[in-house]
Amino acid sequence: MSDLWEGIRQALWLLVTLDADLVEITLRSLRVTLTALVIACAIALPIGALLSVRRFRARRFTIALLNALMGLPPVVVGLIVYVLLSRSGPFGVFGLIFTPTAMIIAQVIIIVPLIASIAHQALRELWSDYHDLLISLNTTQRQRMAALLWDGRRALLTAALAGFGRAIGEVGAIMIVGGNIDHHTRVLTTAIALETGKGDFAMALGLGFVLILMAIAVNLAIHIIGRTEQEGRW
Amino acid sequence: MSNLFPLTLTGATIRRRGKRLVGPIDLTLQDQGITIVIGPNGAGKTSLLQMMHGIARLSDGDITWGCDLDAARQAQSFVFQQPILLRRSVRDNIAYPLKLRGTPKAKARAQADTAGAQVGLGAMLDRPATFLSGGERQKLAIARAMITKPALLFLDEPCASLDGRATREIEEILQRAAASGTRLIMSTHDMGQARRLADDVLFLLNGHIHDHAPNPQFFDQPQTAEAAAFLNGDIVE
Ligand SMILES: Nc1ncnc2c1ncn2[C@@H]1O[C@H](COP(=O)(O)OP(=O)(O)OP(=O)(O)O)[C@@H](O)[C@H]1O
Ligand SMILES: [Mg+2]
Repeated sequence: MSDLWEGIRQALWLLVTLDADLVEITLRSLRVTLTALVIACAIALPIGALLSVRRFRARRFTIALLNALMGLPPVVVGLIVYVLLSRSGPFGVFGLIFTPTAMIIAQVIIIVPLIASIAHQALRELWSDYHDLLISLNTTQRQRMAALLWDGRRALLTAALAGFGRAIGEVGAIMIVGGNIDHHTRVLTTAIALETGKGDFAMALGLGFVLILMAIAVNLAIHIIGRTEQEGRW
Repeated sequence: MSNLFPLTLTGATIRRRGKRLVGPIDLTLQDQGITIVIGPNGAGKTSLLQMMHGIARLSDGDITWGCDLDAARQAQSFVFQQPILLRRSVRDNIAYPLKLRGTPKAKARAQADTAGAQVGLGAMLDRPATFLSGGERQKLAIARAMITKPALLFLDEPCASLDGRATREIEEILQRAAASGTRLIMSTHDMGQARRLADDVLFLLNGHIHDHAPNPQFFDQPQTAEAAAFLNGDIVE
């Protein structure tokens, strides 16, 4: 118990004094994950919409694949990205290994299947509502996808938040491809792992509380931006 | 626009899971007037309309128009038995078909406002469409279907949940549209409405056209025992 109290005390202290390292690490966490989230959404949401409106031969297979990839162990993703980006790897010339960019790439790969899968679940239902009308109105495939993505935006926000949650809390993959380098690729989760390894549980807990607070803050912010509370009737 | 007709169905049939929903239908429709489709529940009215409109896949037979299929599809609208609402405001619902055709937003909205007001939704344009009552939903669907000024309008029991007054108002709108050249094909269970609107009547029974006759004649001198029984409100087998 004393560790827990000490952790809370440390967390408060870090927060109140706006500890420079903490601020830096937190901002990096946010920057990496939000960038990954935006990229992942740009890829995953159209995939979810396309899987809803289009009946192609490999559709079932694609859906099964997405669901399987959703459970992909992040460490394995990290390992694969590491092998691809490392100096001797096929993309080694870009010098991306141990950079925030490498961490973003790993996070994108981890959350794209998750977001696409949740998006597909939500949009499939919407499509079965809209199907007859949109067929009757002679819509193109692009117009159908646009209608689903726009009218399903609240459900898609949930998909995005799930992706954010998974990415911000992820440690295995970004530890491998980022290397947890101080002032360069250290983020909240890798810092927590480091402090825990050193036996500084109070510091680790403090960072953990900051991580939780930040996740809550981002969720609230997105909900307020999306005004899901006032207009949550859709 | 005027070369849409004649609409010709030859042996047109829809089967689903081994069950014949409608057909084989052989029918030619010309470009004037209001055709009313009547028949008991499950007779195949919805299936027939959707088959003509081209949203229900044909299992057999052919449907041809006076022009090519793409142009024909562009020139028609369909009002579904269960109104389908987009999760948007009433105004954006009505404006949606215009938006699909690339009409500038402001213009589309202005037209939607006029069309909405015409069917009595003027006070609800900003509301989410899913807040509407059953009757208001039908009005929305009618306004949305008419906003592209289709040459041919299918209506599948469009007045089923409307009160007497709204029904008359919608009938007036439909008659005005017909007078200005819109071809209407509409199903209904309301025999009064059928009498008021029909130029010709299609009587469907078990997926077949049992009778097809011009208006006063169909009601005054039904040619078959089944049609007479149906008009009497008796059970038709
Ligand atoms: N997808 C489907 N699969 C199997 N049977 C169907 C399908 N759609 C409709 N049916 C059946 O086909 C028959 C005709 O249906 P349809 O909807 O055309 O009837 P309707 O004349 O419009 O009836 P109502 O007056 O109740 O609207 C019904 O018996 C219905 O149960
Ligand atoms: Mg029907």
